[in-house]
Amino acid sequence: MEIDPFIFRLSIFILSIFIGYYVVWSVTPSLHTPLMSVTNAISSVIIVGAIIAALAGLSDNIFETSNIFGFLATILAAVNIFGGFLVTQRMLQMYKKKKK
Amino acid sequence: MSANLSAIFYLISGILFILALRGLSSPETSRQGNYFGIAGMIIAIVVTFLTIGNFGTGFIYVLVILLIGGTIGAFIAFRIPMTAMPELVAGFHSLVGLAAVFVAISAFLKPDAFNLGTVGNIRFASLIEMSIGAVIGAITFSGSIIAFLKLRGIMSGSPITFKGQHYINLLLGISIVVLIFYLCKTQSDSLFWRIIGISFLLGVLLIIPIGGADMPVVISMLNSYSGWAAAGIGFTLENSALIITGALVGSSGAILSYIMCKGMNRSFFNVILGGFGATDQTTGGDKSKEQKPVKNGNADDAAFLMKNASSVIIVPGYGMAVAQAQHALREMVDVLKKNGVTVSYAIHPVAGRMPGHMNVLLAEANVPYDEVFELEEINNDFANCDVAYVIGANDVTNPVAKTDPQSPIFGMPILDVEKSKSVLFVKRSLSPGYAGIDNDLFYRDNTLMLFADAKKMTEDIIKSF
Repeated sequence: MEIDPFIFRLSIFILSIFIGYYVVWSVTPSLHTPLMSVTNAISSVIIVGAIIAALAGLSDNIFETSNIFGFLATILAAVNIFGGFLVTQRMLQMYKKKKK
Repeated sequence: MSANLSAIFYLISGILFILALRGLSSPETSRQGNYFGIAGMIIAIVVTFLTIGNFGTGFIYVLVILLIGGTIGAFIAFRIPMTAMPELVAGFHSLVGLAAVFVAISAFLKPDAFNLGTVGNIRFASLIEMSIGAVIGAITFSGSIIAFLKLRGIMSGSPITFKGQHYINLLLGISIVVLIFYLCKTQSDSLFWRIIGISFLLGVLLIIPIGGADMPVVISMLNSYSGWAAAGIGFTLENSALIITGALVGSSGAILSYIMCKGMNRSFFNVILGGFGATDQTTGGDKSKEQKPVKNGNADDAAFLMKNASSVIIVPGYGMAVAQAQHALREMVDVLKKNGVTVSYAIHPVAGRMPGHMNVLLAEANVPYDEVFELEEINNDFANCDVAYVIGANDVTNPVAKTDPQSPIFGMPILDVEKSKSVLFVKRSLSPGYAGIDNDLFYRDNTLMLFADAKKMTEDIIKSF
């Protein structure tokens, strides 16, 4: 009997939750704010779906409702990607060790 | 690009995201971690374009839009002051939520583009997945907007409660489930719009009863939601990068919420159901009316005490962020260090308005991170310290959390400021903290109250050295 591909995706999902659990517990508390901004930035990988939505159906008419929603989602995700990674970088630059 | 090859690249980008979080285990590796994250994102975007494989006008439009969004994002990232970080993160969460809703709508309107079936004939599993993505996305969006407004001070931070609130939320939740069930049966788009509308409403109702100082939990929770929304969309699109990322972000936010709740010794449900600090504290109100003597000091007294101390511990709180006092504070510490005083900083897990808020502000003021300690690391040192300088913190130092089982903050871990030889409290007035309870420490013999704005007082102390 064949296994539904959904089960494979579910396995990836559940294993990733476990990875997330252990990785996040090892994050030092002083970096919890950068953790939030970087998780925010990476969750914008939803832009993958936004791009597909924007370019769906193509050629005939790019400005169908579904494409417009795709474009809107793309711009939101793009704000988030650049904003999220850059603000994280800005914060991390500030963490310095004592000058000896 | 073939579907199999692109799936492998999406997996690689998912792994890079894991490494990005892993990097945050120490400040030294964190910057490298951020580059891993950026690399993962670039791979995901490029692979998506290659998989679609159409580089016509539509592609140009998308590129232009990417650049516009990117410019806006970069502009915000460089301009935002560090004290505004909590509202920035809340605002960014709302964008992820709304993007998830839009992608779900687009997939519903044109399922063939996503390989989900045809209009009016979308696979059940896909319908459920995209509904879950849209529902959580919508809740994240409207909830984050409310959190943003509260943090920004546009909306009052006090909890908004009304009778039957929780039943209404429960009812809305149930109706969403029922509507999704009917959506699967009828595939009607009016139902889909209704589901999204109700979710927006639910997001608002979930966040309004939660008070300002519980925002660390709210932000972490919304962080978690934005992850689950992304994972829901990931299942719809059969995309492993999204599924992995969604799971990572979801569990990260959940862990942070847990840490924040533990820092307040309150259950997650107690925070979520809200209303904390709004209920009139009848006991506290009566007691504080009887005038207890307070030792009132000025900058000269504080300067004298600290200069002659051998060790000082600084306890920053939200008040420091509000007054933007972190730079003045660092200058003060520099002077103290020149005088041979040992200085360290003690951070309570829920100090400020988001996890790690104080650490970022101190880092901004060039405080080396190895002088900043967490509660467990430093709590025993208070007994051997001469002066504790409490700047803008209150409830997290209140010894009542250990002694009075009736107190709403009983059992909350506190910084043992009371054990130090003398305590300097920079505060604007004697008003009780967020929890609405009087702080015993104000009336102790070894406490000196410094009534002023945190920044102004710190600057005055520097002048008095």
